[in-house]
Amino acid sequence: MCQACVKAKIESTLQSIFSQYPPTDDYLIMILNDVQEHFGYIPVYAQELIARHLHVSMAHVYGVITFYSRFSLKPKGKYIISVCMGTACFVKGSKTLMDGLCQKLNIKPGQTTPDGLFSIDEVRCVGACGLAPVFMVNDEVYGKADATMVSTTIDAIRAKEKESAHAE
Amino acid sequence: MPNNLRSKLADIRAKMAPVINLRNKGGTGNEIHILVCHGTGCTSSKSPALITKFRELVEEYHLENVRVIQTGCFGLCSKGPVVIIRPDDTFYSHVSVDDCREIIENHIIGKQPVSRLLVKDVTGLMVRRLNDLSFYKKQLRIALKNCGVIDPENIDEYIGADGYKALEKCLFELTPTQIIDQIRASGLRGRGGAGFPTGRKWAFTAAAKGDIKYVVCNADEGDPGAFMDRSILEGDPHCVLEAMTIAGYAIGATKGFIYIRAEYPIAVARLKVALKQAREYGLLGEAIFGTDFSFDIEIRLGAGAFVCGEETALLESIEGKRGQPRVKPPFPAQSGLFGKPTLINNVETYANITKIILYGYDWFNAIGTATSKGTKVFALGGNVNNIGLVEVPMGTTLREIVYDIGGGIPGGHQFKAAQTGGPSGGCIPAEHIDTPIDYESLMAIGSMMGSGGLIVMDDTKCMVDIARFYLEFTVAESCGKCTPCRIGTKRMLEILERICAGKANGDDIYKLEKLANVVKHASICGLGQSAPNPVLSTLKYFRDEYNEHVYHHHCATGTCKALTTIQIDPLLCKGCGLCKRNCPVNAIRGETRQAHHIDTSICIQCGACMAACPFHAISR
Amino acid sequence: MVHLTIDHKPVEVPEGTTILAAAKSIGIDIPTLCFLKDINEAGDCRMCLVEVKGQRGFATSCIQKVEEGMDVLTNSIDVIEARRTILDLILSNHHRDCLTCVRNGHCELSDLARKFNVQHIEYEGEMTTHTVDDHSPSLIRDFNKCILCRRCVSTCNRIQGIGAIDCINRGFHSTISTTYDLSLNDVNCTFCGQCITACPTGALREKESIKDVWAALNDPDTICIAQTAPAVRVALGELFGQKIGTNVTGQMVSAIKHLGFDYVFDTNTGADMTIMEEAHEFIERLNNHGVLPMMTSCSPAWIRYAEKNYPELLDHLSSCKSPQMMFGAMIKSYFAQTKGIDPEKIKVVSIMPCVAKKAEILRPEMEVNGLRDVDFVLTTRELGRMIDYANIDFNELPDADFDDPLPLASGAGAIFGTSGGVMEAALRTAADWISGETLQKLDYSAVRGMEKIKEASVTINGQTIKVAVASSLKSAATIMDSIKNGACEYHFVEIMSCPGGCIMGGGQPIKNSKTQSSIDIAKRRSAALYDIDQASTIRKSHENPVVKAMYENFFGQPGSEVAHHYLHTHYHMHPKYNIPEDTQ
Repeated sequence: MCQACVKAKIESTLQSIFSQYPPTDDYLIMILNDVQEHFGYIPVYAQELIARHLHVSMAHVYGVITFYSRFSLKPKGKYIISVCMGTACFVKGSKTLMDGLCQKLNIKPGQTTPDGLFSIDEVRCVGACGLAPVFMVNDEVYGKADATMVSTTIDAIRAKEKESAHAE
Repeated sequence: MPNNLRSKLADIRAKMAPVINLRNKGGTGNEIHILVCHGTGCTSSKSPALITKFRELVEEYHLENVRVIQTGCFGLCSKGPVVIIRPDDTFYSHVSVDDCREIIENHIIGKQPVSRLLVKDVTGLMVRRLNDLSFYKKQLRIALKNCGVIDPENIDEYIGADGYKALEKCLFELTPTQIIDQIRASGLRGRGGAGFPTGRKWAFTAAAKGDIKYVVCNADEGDPGAFMDRSILEGDPHCVLEAMTIAGYAIGATKGFIYIRAEYPIAVARLKVALKQAREYGLLGEAIFGTDFSFDIEIRLGAGAFVCGEETALLESIEGKRGQPRVKPPFPAQSGLFGKPTLINNVETYANITKIILYGYDWFNAIGTATSKGTKVFALGGNVNNIGLVEVPMGTTLREIVYDIGGGIPGGHQFKAAQTGGPSGGCIPAEHIDTPIDYESLMAIGSMMGSGGLIVMDDTKCMVDIARFYLEFTVAESCGKCTPCRIGTKRMLEILERICAGKANGDDIYKLEKLANVVKHASICGLGQSAPNPVLSTLKYFRDEYNEHVYHHHCATGTCKALTTIQIDPLLCKGCGLCKRNCPVNAIRGETRQAHHIDTSICIQCGACMAACPFHAISR
Repeated sequence: MVHLTIDHKPVEVPEGTTILAAAKSIGIDIPTLCFLKDINEAGDCRMCLVEVKGQRGFATSCIQKVEEGMDVLTNSIDVIEARRTILDLILSNHHRDCLTCVRNGHCELSDLARKFNVQHIEYEGEMTTHTVDDHSPSLIRDFNKCILCRRCVSTCNRIQGIGAIDCINRGFHSTISTTYDLSLNDVNCTFCGQCITACPTGALREKESIKDVWAALNDPDTICIAQTAPAVRVALGELFGQKIGTNVTGQMVSAIKHLGFDYVFDTNTGADMTIMEEAHEFIERLNNHGVLPMMTSCSPAWIRYAEKNYPELLDHLSSCKSPQMMFGAMIKSYFAQTKGIDPEKIKVVSIMPCVAKKAEILRPEMEVNGLRDVDFVLTTRELGRMIDYANIDFNELPDADFDDPLPLASGAGAIFGTSGGVMEAALRTAADWISGETLQKLDYSAVRGMEKIKEASVTINGQTIKVAVASSLKSAATIMDSIKNGACEYHFVEIMSCPGGCIMGGGQPIKNSKTQSSIDIAKRRSAALYDIDQASTIRKSHENPVVKAMYENFFGQPGSEVAHHYLHTHYHMHPKYNIPEDTQ
C-alpha cells in the first residue's frame, strides 16, 4: 500500500474510534487500546492524530504507550506465542517453557522472528492456573505444557505455513 | 415508570424463584439444568464447545425439560471443563465434546450418572455430588454466592437470586449514614490487600467536601496467579454494579468507574452486558427506582501495568496517564479521581456489600476472627491437587486450605511453603502451616493477605529462586517514579541473580537485607513498600538455602541452572538416541550406539531426556 | 495556625504548610533533589523523607502538609541511613564523570554526595545508557547524567505548556525523552532552555560556542565584536559570587575586553532600534487596519513556538528582527561602512541570557547581502566560563565603558530584559509619535511585575490602546487561543518565552533548588534593570542620538525600504514534529 493510502486508512480508523469517546485526554488509554486492537500495534501516524485530537503532546502519548506493556510500537508476528509467567505457572516450570521457546525461535521475549511469523510475549496469568503451565498461540490456550509441547506446536505451525505457501 | 420497577422486580423474583431454588437446593419439578462453567479456566479448556454440543443434543432428543446454561466459575478449575447437572447435583470433570452424548443419553435420559467423569476425591472414592466433594466442604461462599449458580448474562436470574434487593432496601429504608454504619459494624475490611476497614473508607469519602465525588471499582487484578476478582466479574457482574450503586448513594456520588484489565476479555464482555441490562431496567441511570438518586458506571480498561492495582496509580490511569502512584496523603477519599473525593474498593469487597445489607451486619460480623470478619476468596494454585477458586471463613488455617480443600501435595512430595499476597507477600514455611488466615496473623509471619493469590510450593522448589522470580516481576512492573523502587529493586534483583549464579559473597546477603528494608520503608506506594517481602520472608525462614547458594555454590533442588547441569553418564549410555529425539532444543550430540553428551550452552534443563532415557544414564 | 514539633522543637505555621517549609522556618534543613518550588512537587526522589510519629513508613516532607500535634523527626538515624542509601542508589545509576562535567562545582547531586560523605558506591550494578542528543543548535541532552527528578518535565509541561519531553518507558528503564527518542531538533521543543535551569545535574546543558569564539579571537584577520544583552549584566556577577541582582555592567565590559574582543557594544542600542521599527509598525497597523494585535518578536523561542503551533496566526507577529539580529545587521553594514572595515572580516558574538538565540542566528532569513547578521551566541554562563578559563579575577576588575562610537543606549533598551520591558519601551515611543508631542509619562507600571499575564489600557490622543504582556509560553498560548477564538481585544501584545523575561532565560546562571525556593530571583534581577533605566539620561529609544544618527545616515525613516532590508524578517510554518520515514 502506498504511504498516502496507509495514512488514509489510519485516519478513517481513528475517526471511528474517536467518535466513541468524548475528546478529553482521560480517554487516551481507551483510544490506544482500540488502536492496538485494530492494528496490532500503534502506528506513529495514529499517535500524531491522537495527540492532535486530545490536545496533548506526542511525548505524552509516547510516554503512555511505553508505560503499558499491552501497547506495542511495532507490528507483532502472525503467531504470538505467550508464555504465562504467573506464579502458578512458574512453580510448575514455565521458565523452562520460555527458555525452550526462545531457544527454538532464537529470539527473546518481546521480539519477533525475522520472517514475521512468531513473536514471544511474557504474560502475567492468563487465568488458566488449573492447567499450569500454559502457553498461548494467539488466543488458543495450551495447558499442562512442557518444552517438548512448545517445540512440536511450533513445528506444526511452520509445517502448516509452508504448506499454505506452497499451495499459493 | 420507575415506580413500577419495584413491582417489576418482585414479579421477576417470583417467576425466577423455582429456577434459583433448583440451582441452589435442588428443585422438585422435572426440570433439569445442565450448568457449564464459562469462567476463563474452563473456557481455556474449550467449555464453550460443550454448550453448543449440549444444546444440539437437547434439540435432537426433544428434551423440553432440559436447559443448558453457562455459568461463572465453580471453583475447581483443575478439573475443568466442569459440568454440573441440577437438581441431582452431579459434578462432572474434564468433560470433552465427545462426552456430551453419553451424559445426555445415560444421565439425563437414562438417569444413570457417567461414573468415569466423576471426581476421585482425596479419600480415593468417586464422588458424585458437588456438595460431597471435600473441596467444597470447608468453604463458605458469600462473595462467590452466585458464581456457578446463575447465568451471569441474564439479569433476571440475578434478580431472582435476591439481586438489586439490597439497593432497593438502601434507597427506601436506609439513609446514607445508616448504610455506612452497617458496613462499619459488619467489620468488613478491604479485600484488595491492605485490609483497611471498608466502613471507615466510606465514611471518610462521605464526609469529604466536594460537589462531585466518584466511586471506583478496582478490578485490575495484576497479582500473577490470582483470579478471584475476575471470577466474580465473570460469574456475577451485577453484584458489583449493585454494590457500587449503593456506595454512590452512601457517599453522595453519581458516577462510578470500573477499572479492569484489558487482558480480561470475558469479564469485560460480561460487565458490558450487565451494564446494558441494568440501564435498560432503570437500575442504573437517572432517578433510580423513581428516587432523586442517579448513578451510572463507566468501564475503563487498563493496558498491562501491575502497578495500576495500586489505588492512586489506578486513578492516574483512569485519567489517561502513566500509572504512576501519587504520594499519600492526601488520600483518594480527600483528593482522588480528577482531584475529587473518591471511594475505591476492589471487586471482592464490593461483592460482600449486598449480602451485608440483606442478611445483616451482625450475621457477617459473626463469621471470621476477632479482627478479620467474613470470608476471603483465594486462588489456590501451584503444587496442590485441587487448583481453583476457594472461599473460606477468615481464620481457616493454611493446613485446612492446602490439605482439606486443596487435597494435599501431588506426586508424593512434601509441603515446603505457601505464598500469599503475590509479589507483595511472603512465603509461609511448614512451621506456620497452622496459622489462621487473617490480616494480622499473616502480617505477623511476614506475609500479607494480598488480594488472594495462594501458591503452594513443594520440596522441589528453590526458595532463593522464588524470591528472585518475584523480584524479577517487581522490577519489570515498577513504574520507575521513586528511587528506592526504580533502582533499589533492580539492585536487589542483581544480588539475587548473583546468589542464584553462585557468584555472591557473604556480604551480599547482608546488603540485600539492608537494602530490602530501605525499599520497604522509603518507596512511595504499596508496590515498592511490599516488594521486599518475598525476599525478607525467605531470608527469615530459608536462610540456610541462601547460605548454601552463597558459600557452597549449591542449589539442593537443582533449580538454579548455573549451579546445576544435566549430564549423561557415558558408561551407562547405550547410544540409543531416544534422549536426542526427545530434546526440544536439540542440545544432545552423539552417534548411534556411542555415548551421547549434552551441549550445556543450549540445554534448558527441562528434563525431557531424563524422562526418556531407558537406562537411567542421565541425571542432574 | 498549626502547632507541631520538629526535632523536638515547637513550631507554629499556617495551615497548608509543608513539613519541609515548616522545618525551614525554624532553620532546619532537609535535603531535597527533585523538589523545585511551585514547579515540581512530586516527592519522587525520596531524599526529603522524615519520620512522623505514628505514621507508617516515612513521610514525604516536600509534599505532606503539617497537622496539629505532629511530631516530626528529620534527623533520626533511620532517616539519615535511608537517605544515604537512596543517594547511593541514585549515584549507582549516574555516569559519574564529575570532573569533566559542565556542572562540576555546582551540581545539586554532587553537593549531596559531599554532604553524605559518599566515598564509594555500595550498590553498584547495571547502568542505563543513552545516546547523547547534540543535534539541536541550542541544547544538549545527556541522559546518562539524568537522575529522573523530572524537574525539566514539569518545567516543559506545566510552566511552558510545551511537552517536548516526558517520562518514557517503565521501571529501571524509565527515562526522560522526546517522542521516539528523537532529537529536540525534530520535536516541538522551542529551545527556550528552561529545562536547563531546572536541572540539578549536567543532564541538560547549552550547546557551547566557546571553542569557535576562541578561534575567532585568536585569528589576527578577524575583527571580533561582542554585544551584550540587557539581562546578562544583572546576572553575570552571580557566577563570581556576587549577590543576585547586582549590576556588573562595567566589570562585564572590562572582562570581555580582556578576552580579546576588538569592540564591545551594548545590545540595548539594538533594542532601541527595535523600538524604532516596532513602534512604527504598530502605528502603521493601528492606523491602516492592519492585523491586530501585533505581537512582539524579540524572543526566538516564542517565534519557534508560534511557527510550530499557530502557523495561521503568524501575521500577528511583528516583522521586526530581534535586537541582537538588528544590531548584528547594523554592525556589518552601517558600522563597518562608517569605520571602513571589510564586513567579511567581522565576527559578531552575541552574549545572551538565552539558548534559543543560538538557533535564531542560524535562521536562513538572518542574513543581509550574503553576510550572517550574527556569527556566534554565548550564554551568560559561557561568558563566565571563558572569564574563568582566561584566569581573569572578575571581582577585581575595574569598570570599563562600551566602545565608541556606539556606546549609548536608552533606559528603554535596558528594560528589554524583563517581562513588560519591551511593551513599556514601545509605549514610551509610540505615545510620543501618536500624540506628536514629547510626553512626560515614562513609567507604565501596569506592565511591570512578574505575573504571567498583565493587561493595561493606555489612552493616547483620546485613543485607547489595549495591551497585554505575557511571559512563559503557556501564557502565550492563552493569548493565541483567545485570538483564535476571536475573543482577543488587545492591540499590542508582548511575549517573552521565559517566565519573568530574559533575566530568567535558559542561558542565565543556574540557581539551585534551595535558592530558587527562597529568593525571588526574577524580581531581583528585574529591579536591577529598572534601576539602570531610572538612572539613564535618555529613557526613550527614539531620543537616543546614536540611533537617530543611524537613521539619518543610513536607514532613513523607520519602516523605510532600507530599514526593511536590514532590520525585518519573515516567518513560516514549521512542522511540529519531524519524524523520519523509517519510524513511520
